[in-house]
Amino acid sequence: MNIPVNPVAEQLAGYNFAYLDEATKRMIRRAILKAVAVPGHQVPFGAREMPLPYGWGTGGIQVTASILGPRDVLKVIDQGADDTTNAVSIRRFFGRVAGVRTTDRTREATIVQTRHRIPETALREGQVLVYQVPMPEPLFRLEPRVSETTRLHALGDYGLMQVRLYEDIVKHGEVATAYNHPVMVNARYLMSPSPIPSFDNPKMHMNPALQLFGAGREKRIYAVPPYTAVQSLDFEDHPFRPIRAPHACALCNSTESYLDEVITDDQGGRMFVCSDTDYCAERRGE
Amino acid sequence: MMQPGFADPVLDAQSAFRAVLEALSHPGRIIPIAPAPIPPAPLSPAMGALALALCDADTPVWQDGGAQAADWLRFHTGAPFAEAPAAMFLFATGRPPALSTLNLGTDEVPQDGATLVLNVASLKAQGTLRLRGPGIKDEVSLGVEGLPENFLAERAALRPHFPRGLDIVFCCGAQIAALPRTTEVI
Ligand SMILES: [Zn+2]
Repeated sequence: MNIPVNPVAEQLAGYNFAYLDEATKRMIRRAILKAVAVPGHQVPFGAREMPLPYGWGTGGIQVTASILGPRDVLKVIDQGADDTTNAVSIRRFFGRVAGVRTTDRTREATIVQTRHRIPETALREGQVLVYQVPMPEPLFRLEPRVSETTRLHALGDYGLMQVRLYEDIVKHGEVATAYNHPVMVNARYLMSPSPIPSFDNPKMHMNPALQLFGAGREKRIYAVPPYTAVQSLDFEDHPFRPIRAPHACALCNSTESYLDEVITDDQGGRMFVCSDTDYCAERRGE
Repeated sequence: MMQPGFADPVLDAQSAFRAVLEALSHPGRIIPIAPAPIPPAPLSPAMGALALALCDADTPVWQDGGAQAADWLRFHTGAPFAEAPAAMFLFATGRPPALSTLNLGTDEVPQDGATLVLNVASLKAQGTLRLRGPGIKDEVSLGVEGLPENFLAERAALRPHFPRGLDIVFCCGAQIAALPRTTEVI
């Protein structure tokens, strides 16, 4: 049989496109499709070893490597920034093994791989947001046995989580989880949003983009399809309130964006700036 | 002579996968697969593309397309054939087996629910199927001709079993439209 050689594939002689072998990609792709079909449910997959340590987002990288094609434009952010070592390494990795175009601009990207943030710029249909997830199981602090958490998800029995959250509220007076505040997806599955600030949780709800989550160490993939209900866990008497520092960005004046507090000198000077560097730069006309 | 599979096995599989991902992410939306292979009839090009992109030695398949279709699927994917209730992927060119007899997964392992890939006579962006659910902003409609008798009723009977269920991909030529198990036909 004559198989024509594609110029892009040829350019990558010695590497398979996007690093993973085809059998691994097929397996991950099947897991992704089932994750989309059962929103919020964690689908196990046979992770393979990646040339990066786990803390670097191997789960997200494997998801990205399995969906990425030559027409994609990839953005990678770490805590909102495109220029951290982690984000730069991942972007270079895919530039090298897949030859894809990369960008810092949220609106130009077709795939955004992220650690710990959702971009401020609203995502649109057709974009895919890939989260790097360190711990996919929202119940793991309450119930360490995987067999038991699997059973609780099957039953949709999240009373344990409700009780724990309520106890926290009684102790602290409000729903004060700053990061990784659990959500209900499509009113069925309790899901960890990964360690994004609770400020970002409302962005997950009815988002036009597809959201995929990859956990490398735990070997789980889960998904939120576009236009899917995502509700932060809360109580009638203690509604969920996303937390934001009560300041304007010192660089672009935004009062809408999530802010990082940065130390400006050794005299204890500090200021609040947008955590999303692309959003902040765009507002400043850069 | 064996008909070829994808011209570029790596990149064509990626683009076919993205088409299926888009179809499942936007139920009822008609998505073209390009390039698609030309498998032996009665397998449709879209059906062939799904098989090549997603099936391999780890995925038991069921098909009703006859010996040539079986040879083509076996040669290009290496997938083992199975009875319908044990299949992960079903490629139905005629009337599919009763939906309730297929693998719906379990409440703990709903991802084991099968993917039913079904040829239909036509797909139109507007039609009599009104759809609602994740992936759909408010409501969409889809026109499907050539659905087996009682198909929608059989599918509706599975919905109370969620998260167990079947994910369905309609094929017409090189186009697909999907109904994941979450989609409600109203
Ligand atoms: Zn700013």
